[in-house]
Amino acid sequence: MIAQVWRWLVDGAHWQGGTGIAQRLLEHLEYSGMSVLIAAIIALPIGAFIGHAGRAKWIIAVANAFRAIPSLGLLFVVAMWFVSRLQGDAAYLVPTIIVLVILAMPPLLAGAYSGVSEVDPAARDAAYGMGMTHRQVLTRVELPCALPLIFSGLRSAALQVIATATIAASISVGGLGRYLIDGLANSDYTEMAGGAVLVAALALVVDGVLAALQRLVVPGGLRTARSARRRRRASAVTQASPTG
Amino acid sequence: MIRFEQVVKIYAGGQTAVDDLTFEAPTGQITVLVGPSGCGKTTSLRMINRMIEPTSGHISIDDEDVQSVNAARLRRGIGYVIQNAGLFPNKRVVDNVATVPILLGAPRSQARTRAREVLELVGLPGDFADRWPSQLSGGQQQRVGVARALAADPPVMLMDEPFSAVDPVVREQLQDEFLRLQRELGKTIVFVTHDIDEALKLGDQIAVMRVGGKLAQLADPAYLLAHPIDDFVAGFVGRDRGYRALTFAQTPALPLAAEPTVPLGTTPQEARAATRDGWLLVADHGRPVGWVEPEHITAAIEPAMLHRGGTVARATGPLRAALDAALSSPSRRGVITDDDGILLGTVRAHQVLEAIEATDRPEVDEADIAPAGPTSRADR
Ligand SMILES: Nc1ncnc2c1ncn2[C@@H]1O[C@H](COP(=O)(O)OP(=O)(O)OP(=O)(O)O)[C@@H](O)[C@H]1O
Ligand SMILES: [Mg+2]
Repeated sequence: MIAQVWRWLVDGAHWQGGTGIAQRLLEHLEYSGMSVLIAAIIALPIGAFIGHAGRAKWIIAVANAFRAIPSLGLLFVVAMWFVSRLQGDAAYLVPTIIVLVILAMPPLLAGAYSGVSEVDPAARDAAYGMGMTHRQVLTRVELPCALPLIFSGLRSAALQVIATATIAASISVGGLGRYLIDGLANSDYTEMAGGAVLVAALALVVDGVLAALQRLVVPGGLRTARSARRRRRASAVTQASPTG
Repeated sequence: MIRFEQVVKIYAGGQTAVDDLTFEAPTGQITVLVGPSGCGKTTSLRMINRMIEPTSGHISIDDEDVQSVNAARLRRGIGYVIQNAGLFPNKRVVDNVATVPILLGAPRSQARTRAREVLELVGLPGDFADRWPSQLSGGQQQRVGVARALAADPPVMLMDEPFSAVDPVVREQLQDEFLRLQRELGKTIVFVTHDIDEALKLGDQIAVMRVGGKLAQLADPAYLLAHPIDDFVAGFVGRDRGYRALTFAQTPALPLAAEPTVPLGTTPQEARAATRDGWLLVADHGRPVGWVEPEHITAAIEPAMLHRGGTVARATGPLRAALDAALSSPSRRGVITDDDGILLGTVRAHQVLEAIEATDRPEVDEADIAPAGPTSRADR
């Protein structure tokens, strides 16, 4: 079975042409990337604002409730609504993106919100006390300090979107989901498994790229602060264990 | 000069945090706000830089009402130090310190140069500047907090329990350095603490507040110890007031007795010849280093033999130190030196006590014994 999947994956013929793996990967990345980008443009400022102002926290709760909606069901509802209103490819593409954006928003919102609201109150107080304006406090202190949590929101949004983008294929938009749908239709389990492996691999690669970006962007002081805390916690545990 | 005029702060919940506060913090001096927890010290302090807006009354700095200035601009001209330093974890130490100069429009490189200078001033030279705040000890973070407040050289500094989060030894060290720095810089400082000993040590002037946000007494440390205005202040100032007041009394000219000394390396025979009674003072180039009992030594005097229990007082220091030198000396003769630590002579406890009795206690202010004193009686 594994050997079969492997052979399917490395078969050069499967990678070429308009329905080849390369094309499907590209499509998959396109929908996912676009969705995460749109979601980030909407969610990060809102989350940061809520965290900064400490108001309208219900938005975070409502967004979290959206996570409970089944993506596939939502996709069909949105697609049915659009199919009579849009022409051509857009009729399928737009619903797909909308559903993925809705899916990506909660973790991004939560990351930006908790990142900003969990900034050390003493640091925030000092920032105002030294004469920073609200905007300066947000851009010079709160957002840089929030970066680790913003990144973890971004990474979990990206993972979810990449995994869920497979459903786009069910309304005949491309992407790696095609292998799952077609494989199921033709009872070609090798193709299905190959598709699943590709989705997982893509998710891992994207997560790795984001992790590298995070290392590049997050100020070193925040990294050392957390690793110092982790070290302390670890040493507290090891010290406690012999007696406990 | 910072002036409070009938300042009242009532929080949204109806809590009166500061009630009719009127006092002045003189230019170039340290005014300490002290009082039990919840008496409104922090609230009072934060109304100066408008982190909190008063419900009524006026606060002015050099006769300019703080309400008439844009809050952010006002704060850039006032140094602000808080209890846990509140350093920005995303900025290196040097950039933390450069914050206000940059807010004021200084070019980054110039602000950093200034930041390094100020860091040196607070005792954090060289590579500390390039560390992250998380790589510093609590005491070091607090120093960075002070440096950050000093970076733009503001004439006014507000400090809210800046030393209370560090252990007592480090606290004492930070206090001493703070006083040294203040002697150099002469800022107008309002300093909040709940620790009366810190208030007495640092304050040129002390405002004791009571719960409910009322000013109980405003006085200099010596006066506060000598004439607490009521039971609350007396209780707050605490025990040993008479003895602690000696800290603030200058030593008058004491009748010093000449004390023979021998250097380290003196043989037992020489030591026994030099002694007048059981004890002999050992000095190194004029500086007293300790006492020996010539009867009990069998070899040339070396540092390990010295009794080091005795303290040494400077002739120009406080009376408390002179008395302590006499009380702690194994020979009962207190060692007195000049400002460079060179031996001047010795003094006995009864002589110090006579000097104490001859000194004036701070004269009581008429207002404080009138039936309704200005800051006190009505609300008791
Ligand atoms: N934001 C607020 N809203 C309502 N009440 C407040 C607020 N801040 C402080 N208070 C109340 O006002 C009073 C004075 O508080 P403040 O923080 O000025 O006290 P403090 O003297 O600094 O005390 P501590 O020594 O504990 O720091 C307290 O009773 C406190 O509960
Ligand atoms: Mg306080």
